[in-house]
Amino acid sequence: MAEAAVQSASSVDQNTAEDRPWVGRSIERVEDAALLTGRGRFIDDLGTPPGTLHAAILRSPHAHADIVSVDAEAARHAPGVAAVLTGEQVKALTSSLVVGVKAPVECWPIAIERVRYVGEPVAVVIASDRARAEDAIELINVEYQPRAAVVDPLAALAADAPVLHDGFPGNLASDRSFSYGNPEQAFAEATHRFSIDIRYPRNSCTPIETYGVIATYDAAENAFDILANFQGPFSIHTVISRALKVPGNRLRLRTPPDSGGSFGVKQGIFPYIVLISAASRAVGRPVKWIEDRLEHLTASVSATNRATTLSVAVTADGKILALDWDQVEDCGAHLRAPEPATLYRMHGNLTGAYDIRHVRVRNRVVVTNKTPTGLNRGFGGPQVYFALERLVQRIAIGLRLDPLDVIKRNLVPADAFPYRTATGALLDSGNYQEAIARAVEHGQLAELRTRRDEARAQGRLYGIGFTAVVEPSVSNMGYITTVLTAAERRKAGPKNGAQATATVALDPVGGVTVHVASVPQGQGHRTVLSQVVADVFGLKPQDVRVNTEIDTAKDAWSIASGNYASRFAAAVAGTAKLAAERIAARLARVAASQLNVESADIVFAGGFVASKHNLENRVAFSRVAALCHWSPGSLPDDAGQTIRETVFWTPPELTPPDDQDRINSSLCHGFIFDFCGVEIDRTTFETRIDRYVTMHDCGTILHPGMVDGQIRGGFTQALGAALCEEYAYAADGSFLTGTLADYLLPTTTEVPEPQIIHMETPSPFTPLGAKGVGEGNCMSTPVCIANAVADALGLADVTLPLVPAKLADLVRGPEPEPPTGQSRAALTREGDRRLRGEGSASVNGAPEQVWTMLLDPQTLQAVIPGCEQVHKVSDTHFRADVTLGIGPVSGRYRADVQLFDLDPPHAVTLRGKAEGALGFGHAEGRITLEPDDRGGTRLRYSYDAAIGGKVASIGGRLLDGATRVIIGQFFAALARHAGGGAPASGFSMFALLSKLASLFGGRR
Amino acid sequence: MKPAAFDYVRAESVNEVLEGLSKEGGNARVLAGGQSLMAMLNMRLAKPRLLIDIMRLKELNRIEEQAGVVTIGAGVRQAALLAWPELARTLPLLALALPWVGHVQTRSRGTICGSLAHADPSAEMPLALIALGGEVHLRNARRRRRVAASEFFLGMMATARAEDELIEAVSFPSPGGGCAFREVARRHGDFAIVACAAVATPKGVRLAVGGVADVPMARDWPRLDRSALDDALNGFAYELNARDDVHATARYRRDLVRIIGRDLVREVLQ
Repeated sequence: MAEAAVQSASSVDQNTAEDRPWVGRSIERVEDAALLTGRGRFIDDLGTPPGTLHAAILRSPHAHADIVSVDAEAARHAPGVAAVLTGEQVKALTSSLVVGVKAPVECWPIAIERVRYVGEPVAVVIASDRARAEDAIELINVEYQPRAAVVDPLAALAADAPVLHDGFPGNLASDRSFSYGNPEQAFAEATHRFSIDIRYPRNSCTPIETYGVIATYDAAENAFDILANFQGPFSIHTVISRALKVPGNRLRLRTPPDSGGSFGVKQGIFPYIVLISAASRAVGRPVKWIEDRLEHLTASVSATNRATTLSVAVTADGKILALDWDQVEDCGAHLRAPEPATLYRMHGNLTGAYDIRHVRVRNRVVVTNKTPTGLNRGFGGPQVYFALERLVQRIAIGLRLDPLDVIKRNLVPADAFPYRTATGALLDSGNYQEAIARAVEHGQLAELRTRRDEARAQGRLYGIGFTAVVEPSVSNMGYITTVLTAAERRKAGPKNGAQATATVALDPVGGVTVHVASVPQGQGHRTVLSQVVADVFGLKPQDVRVNTEIDTAKDAWSIASGNYASRFAAAVAGTAKLAAERIAARLARVAASQLNVESADIVFAGGFVASKHNLENRVAFSRVAALCHWSPGSLPDDAGQTIRETVFWTPPELTPPDDQDRINSSLCHGFIFDFCGVEIDRTTFETRIDRYVTMHDCGTILHPGMVDGQIRGGFTQALGAALCEEYAYAADGSFLTGTLADYLLPTTTEVPEPQIIHMETPSPFTPLGAKGVGEGNCMSTPVCIANAVADALGLADVTLPLVPAKLADLVRGPEPEPPTGQSRAALTREGDRRLRGEGSASVNGAPEQVWTMLLDPQTLQAVIPGCEQVHKVSDTHFRADVTLGIGPVSGRYRADVQLFDLDPPHAVTLRGKAEGALGFGHAEGRITLEPDDRGGTRLRYSYDAAIGGKVASIGGRLLDGATRVIIGQFFAALARHAGGGAPASGFSMFALLSKLASLFGGRR
Repeated sequence: MKPAAFDYVRAESVNEVLEGLSKEGGNARVLAGGQSLMAMLNMRLAKPRLLIDIMRLKELNRIEEQAGVVTIGAGVRQAALLAWPELARTLPLLALALPWVGHVQTRSRGTICGSLAHADPSAEMPLALIALGGEVHLRNARRRRRVAASEFFLGMMATARAEDELIEAVSFPSPGGGCAFREVARRHGDFAIVACAAVATPKGVRLAVGGVADVPMARDWPRLDRSALDDALNGFAYELNARDDVHATARYRRDLVRIIGRDLVREVLQ
C-alpha cells in the first residue's frame, strides 16, 4: 500500500499531453485570473438591494459587568439613524442560540442584561451608512456595574471564582471521564512515569477578509434571505433558523462567489447572521454589516486555549504503555455551536501516531470572560499534539534516549492498517516508518545534527525538534456527541456521517457544469473539480465549469456541507467524481447504442466517446451529452436522463460513538513527520528557523501545487502561533491585542521556506484515495519548534508564543543592579498593567489658598479645557463631561469624581472614574500640600490608574506615557496659572481628578 | 472604522495652511503622509474638524544641503529621502535608520516631518533627530522659530509645536565622525522595542535610545574604559524607566540598551 514517491512541489504543469489524467497535475488555477487582477467578488464588493441600511455595533469595554441602563435616545434621533436595537429588543425577535451541552444556559448574539467579554455586542445602530451609524454609537450612554472577571481556565474552576452563567455552576460546562483499555494497571506496573503541564495559548488564523452579512427579511412570507461569507458546516443553518424563529425552508442562506480566507474562523459569523437578520426584521429593510478589524480581533472567534496535564506510563526503552489526559478547555464567555467540538474533534486521535492501548481521559469545559471560541485551522490538533509531542521529548530526556528513537519505537506498525486506536479512530492507511526514513534521508537529518554540534561548539544556542502527528480529516458529524453520555445519546438519537454532495450537469450544447457545497475561501476547489470531472469525461479542465457558491434554497446541501475539517479533497472531490461517473455510465449506454458496441467497450477520451477497440468508431462528447435535451426519445429505454446528477456520499466508517465512548472522529488520517533546527540569538533571544523539514502523506495528491500551498499556508500560521501570535488578556479581562501592531502575524520576512517531502499512501475509504492536508502543520509545527527551542536552551517547559523577552527571562541570570543612588522603586511588577506614577509641582499661594481652590467647583468649567456641564453632587462629589486628549488623540468622557480622607489643608485622596467611546478608566490619587520656603505650595501627587476598553486594546503600548503626559500637562498648567497671579482660577480639585481619572480617558 | 466627519482642505499655499491652523488651532491637523493619522481617524482616536493636506505644496517638498546642514521640507516623503543620492554621504545615520521606518509601502507615503510631529516614542526619525541634535523649523501666521531637538519632544506624542504652528522643515547637521544604528522589534517594521543610535562626537560619543522612555533620550559620554562604559550604560538603562508590555519586559529592554548600546559605542569609536 505504501506506494511511495518522493516528489517535489512543482510549478504550473503546462503539459497538455492527453494520455495521462489531469488529476495529479499542477494545472493553472481557474480562480487566479480574477483574484490576481482585482476581479474577485467578495461580499463587500457586491451590490446591495435598494434601500439597504448599514449596521454598526456598540460593544462592551468591560470583561464582566451588569448593564444597568442603556440610554439610546440621542442615538435614535441622530441624522440617518433608522433604529437602535438593544439586547431586550433582539431577544424579543429571536430565540436563544443552541448550546452544545445539556444545561440551563442561554446564548444570545447580543448581551442580555450582562456583558461577559470585551467586545460583546451591547447595541446595534442601523443607519443610512456605516459612518453615521458609528456617529450614533458614540451617543449611546451605557451604565455598567462592573463585576469581577476571570480569564484563566483553571482559575475559573476555583471555588471563589466569579461565575459567568448560573447554569454552569463553578463555570463548568461539561466534565466527562473516559477509560479505554486498562490504564490503571498500566500506570501501576510501568517502570517509568512522566507528566507534563501545558498551557496552550489563545490565537486565531485571522483571514484578511472579515465577516460580512447582508440580511433581508421578507415580511410577506415571514422568511429571511441572507448573504454571508459563512463557511459551514451547514448544521449551523439549523441553529440560525431556530434562533430566527422560522422553519429551515424560510431561511435562504447564500454565500458570495469569493471569500477572502477563513481557516475555520468564518463559521463564527453565525451569531452576527442572527443579529443582523433580526435588525432587518426590526427595520423592515435590508441591512448590511461588514466587520472591521478591531471588531474581528476583539470579538469574532478564537481558537480555544487549554490547560492540559498529560501523564504517561512508559517502559525503560521508551515504549509508551498508557496515557492519562486531563484537559481543561476554555471556550470563552459563551458555549457557542459547535463547541465544545474543539475538545472532541481529536478524541479518536488522543494517541497520535502511536500504538498505545490504554488511555484515561478527563475532559472539562469551562467558560471565562473572553471571546467565545469556534472553528480554527487545526481545530483541537495543536492543543493535543503540543502536550503529546512535548511529552515524547520529555520521555527521551528522562530515559536518556534520542527523541526520534522514542517516536519510532511507538509508531503504529506499518502492517496494522486499518488500525483502530484505543479511543476509537480507524486509521485508514499509512506507513509511518517509511515516511520517517524518507524524511530523515531527504531532509538530511544527519547533516543537521552536525550543524547543531558545530554551532554548540561555538557557544551558539542551537536545537533540533521532532514531531510525528496524524492529521485527521473529514469529520464525523457525530463526534461532538461524545460529550454526552451513552444514555443521553440514546435519548437524543444517533448523529454520524459526513454527507458530501456534488451535482454534475450537462447543458444543451454538451457543456459540463459542476456544483458542490464546499464554500472555498481561496483554496482552488473549482480547479481541482474541473480536473476530476474532466478525467471522467475525457475532456479538458477548461471544458468543465465549476460553481461553488451555495444557495440553500436551490442547491443540494446537507449539514456537513461547507469548508472545514479538510474535507474537500477526500469527500467533496470524490463525490463529484461519483456524480460524473454516474452520468458517464449512462452516456456510455447512449453512445454504445449509437456506435453499435457494448457499454463496457466505451471509453471517454480527447473530447470523444469512442470504442476502446476501435478509437475511430467515435462520436463527439458534446453530441452525446446534448442528446437528452434535444431528443430524449432517441435515448435507449434503460439509459435514464443524462442531464443532471446529484450524488450524496457519506462514508460508512463514520459511525456514532459506541457505548464505550469509542468514536471514529474522522474518516481519513494523513501522517506528518517534521523536524527542524533553530538558533536562538544570544542578545535578542529571537528564534530563527535554520531548517524546517516537513514530510506529508496525505494519500493521493490531486494537485501538487495546491497541496504544497496548503502546507506552506498551514506552516505559516503555525509559525505565527509558535513565535508571534497571542490574543492577550489582562487579568481584569481587558483585551490587549486589538490591532495588527499588537496581534503579530508572520509576514514574508518572518517565514522561511520549509522543505516539503511527500509520500502517497491512498486512503481506501475515499473515492479518489485522497486525504485532507490543510491543517496538519497547524498541529505539528508549533510543537516541533517548541521542542527545538527546548533543546537549544535546555528548558523543561516551553510556553507559546516564544516571545523573545519570555525566553530571555528563562535563561538569563540576575540583572545588574542599578547604580547607587538610583532606586528600583519606580519599577513595576511583572505583568502588572496598572499605571502608577508620582510627581510634584510648585504653585504660588499658601496651602490654605490652594486648598480652597481645590474644593471650589465654581471655576471648573472655565479652567478645564473641554469641560462642560459640571454637576456638583455634593461638596466632595462631582460629575462632568470632559474632553481629554494627547497629541491628536482626544475623546469625550463622562467623569465621576469623589474626594476622600480630607485633611485640610494638607492632603486629600481622589477617586474617580470616567467612561467614553474610547474606553473607561478608574484611578485613585493622593495629593499632599506643603508650604514651600517662598510663600507658595509644594504639591506632591501619586496616582494609580487602570484603563480598559478600546484604548487598552489598540494603544496599550502608549497608555503609560500618555498618562504621564496628561498629568504633567495638568500640573504645568496649574503652576502657570498660579504663577500668573491668579492662582485661584488655575487649579481645582476637579480638574486634577478629571485628569487623573480620565487619562486618555481616565479612570478611577 | 469610519472616521468622524471632517473638512478637508488641499492647501494651495503655505499661507493657507497657516491660516487654517490659526483659525482652527487644535481642531486642525496637518495631513503629511497620513500613515499614523489616517489610522487614528478611522479608529476615531482623533477627530479633527479640519484636515489640511500640504502634500501639493512644492515649496515644502525640498531637500537642501548647506554648510554641513541638511534641511528637509515638510512634504518630503521618507522614500524620497531614502532615494536621495547624497543621503549616505551627508546623513549616514538616516541612511541606516530609514529602512527601519515602517515598511516600503508606508515609507512611500509617510513624511519625515510628519513622523516628528506625531512623536511616537518608538519612531526612528525622532530618535535620529535627538542623536544628531538637529532643529525643527516651526512657523505660524506671524512668525518663524526653530526649536532644538532636545527641546522639541515633550512626551508621548507631545511636542513643543504650538497648535497654530506648522512644522515647515527639519534640519540635521552632518556628523563629523562615525555613526551606528540598531533596532530590535518583534517583526521587521514593527514599533521598536529598543532602537539605538550612536554618533561619534568631538569629545567621545552620544548614544540615543528610542522605544523605551516616552521620548527618545540621549547621553553624551567621553571615551570610557570598558567598565566605566558598562556602568554608564547600566545607569542610562535604568533612567529610561522601562515598562512591561505584551511584546517585551522592562528587564528585556534594559538588557538590550546595555548590550546594543555597548556594541554601538564601540563601533563608532573604533
